[in-house]
Amino acid sequence: MSNPRTFQIQEISAHPGPVPGRGTQRAIQVCKYIDVTTCIGCKACEVACVEWNDHPFRETTFDDTYQTMPSTEWNYWNLIKFAEDERDGNLMWLMRKDQCMHCEDPGCLRACPADGAIIKYENGIVDFQQENCIGCGYCISGCPFDIPKFNENTKKVYKCTLCSDRVGQGLEPACIKACPTGCLHFGTKEDMVQIAGLRAKQLQEHSGFAAAGVYDPPSIGGTHVIYVLHDINSPERYGLPKTPVIPPSYTYWKWIAKPAGLLLAGLGVLAVFFHRITIGPKLEQPEAPLVDTRPDPVEAKRKEQP
Amino acid sequence: MSTSIDRFDERARREVDRIGQTVVHRGELLRHPVYTRVLHWLVAISFILALLSGFAIYAPWLYRFLTPMFGGGPTTRLLHPWFGLFFTIFFFFQFLNWFTPMVWNKDDTRWMKRIKQYSTNEEKVEPEDVGFFNGGQKLYFWTIVISAVLFLITGILMWFDNLTPRWVVAASYVIHDIAALIMLAGFIIHIYEGTAAQPGTFRSMTNGTVTERWAWTHHPGWFRAVTGRDPRASYERERRRMADRERAMDQWERDRDTRDQV
Repeated sequence: MSNPRTFQIQEISAHPGPVPGRGTQRAIQVCKYIDVTTCIGCKACEVACVEWNDHPFRETTFDDTYQTMPSTEWNYWNLIKFAEDERDGNLMWLMRKDQCMHCEDPGCLRACPADGAIIKYENGIVDFQQENCIGCGYCISGCPFDIPKFNENTKKVYKCTLCSDRVGQGLEPACIKACPTGCLHFGTKEDMVQIAGLRAKQLQEHSGFAAAGVYDPPSIGGTHVIYVLHDINSPERYGLPKTPVIPPSYTYWKWIAKPAGLLLAGLGVLAVFFHRITIGPKLEQPEAPLVDTRPDPVEAKRKEQP
Repeated sequence: MSTSIDRFDERARREVDRIGQTVVHRGELLRHPVYTRVLHWLVAISFILALLSGFAIYAPWLYRFLTPMFGGGPTTRLLHPWFGLFFTIFFFFQFLNWFTPMVWNKDDTRWMKRIKQYSTNEEKVEPEDVGFFNGGQKLYFWTIVISAVLFLITGILMWFDNLTPRWVVAASYVIHDIAALIMLAGFIIHIYEGTAAQPGTFRSMTNGTVTERWAWTHHPGWFRAVTGRDPRASYERERRRMADRERAMDQWERDRDTRDQV
């Protein structure tokens, strides 16, 4: 990616006064910040997601909750999860917008065996390139958040793109635009971490949520979707893993053991080749001369007879 | 082995042997009947296809190189489980066919202890406790049996990954790789031993026959079992015969020289 500062104006001819915007910094890491404490579960973000990404209206599964369906689907990338919890003996309804977390260290990308099927932009967005996807489903097992979903018809895997098409045009993701309560925010990672921290502090000091905090798990290098939770010590209550990790088969095994295995196989081929060169073949015994141009003695004697 | 499987195996062998044929010339022995040969090559073809398509997905360094052979990434991924399934099915029949001669015994343990002498060609003729298969061949066979079971279980778990927990899929993939690497190591040795390392072996899987000399050299126990002759004595007689021929040859050449002088 080109340096975003390349075309920032440095000097202007015959311009009185300083160059406007001179010295400004541009942060390129983007982030979505979700304040679950102000989510009202209206699902406007779900509809905005379906509309912007041109997904068809699909059948839902009613399982005695307010949730649209049990989990995100290949063509339903944004889902409010409704968890019924308890606080001071009363019902506490936890609503969390579930979608791709756009991990700094993405498990899907680590797991993927297909060249070019998953890419991560410098701004932190992790995007699937379906034309290169082979549909093996490794990304599904590599994801700590159960986000990538397989389409049985196209045999490809799909997930939230963080509206990379909108972000590329300087727009906010569709879900952000639709949120009526302001619980969704979009901006630079720095800014989002800062305002999320302020909100967590506010919850701790003024709303009686002493354990409120920001969910930005360091075990995967942080995420480009962060949450403010009422209780940061038990993200499981919201259906989030406390310590999301990538299976070691997609990290150590893939990048250390696999090449080592290939190298050993190559050495094996060399070993048998040089066995042939040095020790040589095991011939049938007794060894017959390889090339015997001499005539058969019996035959030769017979020919000599006048 | 249960008797019904034995009966099935017997019938398959009989039927296939009636369709194909093996010509055994003088001085040759029947090594592998048609049924065994057909199974061997079915296993080999499906294994090589599974190996190539699997290694395309195995490592990023091979992906661009191997996937075009199968029509691109998606078709490689689509075909690989089927190649693997065919491999396990064909190998299952080979397992039934070869279970009896492949049973491990004390002679094979002894053979394993001699493996260094074997691989450095220290012994020109194998000792007589080596029967139809030697310890190395049996080891390779049982490696494939274990690998095939692992391939099948982990392969199905990865094939139907929507029904399998995430960690199970991730672990299956490692086990699948380990089985593949071990089999690849055996496969490299197998091809080498069957071709360049032991001239006269490859024909046993094409024509189905080997020479008697090959038999008493590499599998003397089996030679005795099928011919009833003593392998060491047969070898010594052949050696004497060749020495006699050599001497007769020299004598004739000397005689000719004398005649030319006269």
